[in-house]
Amino acid sequence: MDDMVESFVELIRRASTDLPPDVEAALQEARDREEPGSAATGALDTILENVAVARANSTPVCQDTGVPIFYVRHARELSTRQIRTQLEEAVAEATRRSYLRPNAVDPLTGRNSGNNLGVGFPTCHFEEWDDGGCGQALQVDLLLKGGGSENVGTQYKLPHPGLGAGRELEGVRRVVLDAVYQAQGKGCAPGVIGVAIGADRGTGYVHAKEQLFRPLGDANPVPELATLEQCLLEECNELGIGPMGFGGKTTVLGIKIGAYHRLPACYFVSIAYMCWACRRASLHLQGVGSKRMGRLNTADGDL
Amino acid sequence: MATYDLSIPISEQAVRALHVGDTVNLSGLMTTGRDAAHKYLIETFIRVQTVPESERSLYEELRQLLDGGIIYHCGPVVRQREGSAERRIPGQSGSERGQWEFVAAGPTTSIREEVYEPEVIAHFGLRGVIGKGGMGPGTLRACQEHGAAYFHAVGGAASLIANAVKEVVAVHKKDEFGVPEAFWFIRVEHFPVVVTMDSHGRSIHEEVEAASKAALERLIAG
Repeated sequence: MDDMVESFVELIRRASTDLPPDVEAALQEARDREEPGSAATGALDTILENVAVARANSTPVCQDTGVPIFYVRHARELSTRQIRTQLEEAVAEATRRSYLRPNAVDPLTGRNSGNNLGVGFPTCHFEEWDDGGCGQALQVDLLLKGGGSENVGTQYKLPHPGLGAGRELEGVRRVVLDAVYQAQGKGCAPGVIGVAIGADRGTGYVHAKEQLFRPLGDANPVPELATLEQCLLEECNELGIGPMGFGGKTTVLGIKIGAYHRLPACYFVSIAYMCWACRRASLHLQGVGSKRMGRLNTADGDL
Repeated sequence: MATYDLSIPISEQAVRALHVGDTVNLSGLMTTGRDAAHKYLIETFIRVQTVPESERSLYEELRQLLDGGIIYHCGPVVRQREGSAERRIPGQSGSERGQWEFVAAGPTTSIREEVYEPEVIAHFGLRGVIGKGGMGPGTLRACQEHGAAYFHAVGGAASLIANAVKEVVAVHKKDEFGVPEAFWFIRVEHFPVVVTMDSHGRSIHEEVEAASKAALERLIAG
């Protein structure tokens, strides 16, 4: 297999030191909606200035570069073990270059490994895919998920008597509103909310995080979910928590909902809260393994 | 809502003049400190009869720095300057001066320190902490009783805040706690923060939470 370590380092650098254009545009729109002179406007001005500084200096947008979460789709011919080894090499190198903070801590000893490598760290999900003959052998999507927002992620099991939330979309609406209320500004609002309905507990969280890769402006292909996403976007912003929890008109930038089949006995709603620094990036590689590595691009242009 | 420039150490009079919503630009020496650091302060210096001999010199440095001072809830991304490690004098505090630089240094979530912070404020005579997300009633009460404030930095504004860190003066407990959790003694200039909890018992966090709870109940009732 080709050595892709340097491409993976560049993917990490892109994710850490810049924001996707749709997220930056949403922050700019949020800033223009807030009252002039308010703490909310001040916070959003600081955020936008920070993004510009990070991009210009190639330094992390946020010091909590989180846990790197890789979703890898690969052609049948590629070895997932080799891909994982190269991803790990890239993570250690990106840490050495200060694109990532060393974040892997042994829960028993409290020791930080120093290079972001540890047991189950970073997180890698693999899926073999059929590239449909378009020649893309490998796609790597990366999310840098910080700890502050991870701490406010949560999971509900319906029915939830306290919120009067039953096993239907109205129940989902209620628990998502509650989760955003409970988070207040602690997840670094305005956040992006990934929601998974159904599945088992573990799969629910994985699917909720997958939602965070969707562009903010897309429409859910399932009409009921598209309606719920739009409704919740407006209602979450009516909570008035605002940027950083200072109070204001923008509490969330987007709500993205997926649904998996559930067990008859279970109805989980899993919620992943992503901070405003929604650091995602993608890498498409063609012809991996053929020594004719082709086009390399990310969401915001060719590398 | 006023704007102030304050130098550290900060007087009680200066901190009592601050009210929630005020913008403050802080300058001077401070230390970072988060979960491991707060636990260490409590267990090594505060809830003990005597300070262990091995920790005495750090205790004296911290007492001097924190009297009228600030703890910043932050786990930075740092960079070691080329060739600087060789210049370090082992065991001599302060010999790290100029060896490190802050690359990214936004605030971390403060509420995790709520169980420790009131005692730390009282023991060391802090005039404030910087963090994000706000803190609870214990810290709010300590701010009232001892004359301190909670300063909110913008979460995630890490590259911008790193530009306000002009010098890393020393680092303590780096090998023991790891880079994010160490005490980084830093000199800052015009570090921008907002007062969200003041010494008069007001907290923006309590007020926003109460207002958003009312909104939640209205939305759920539909």
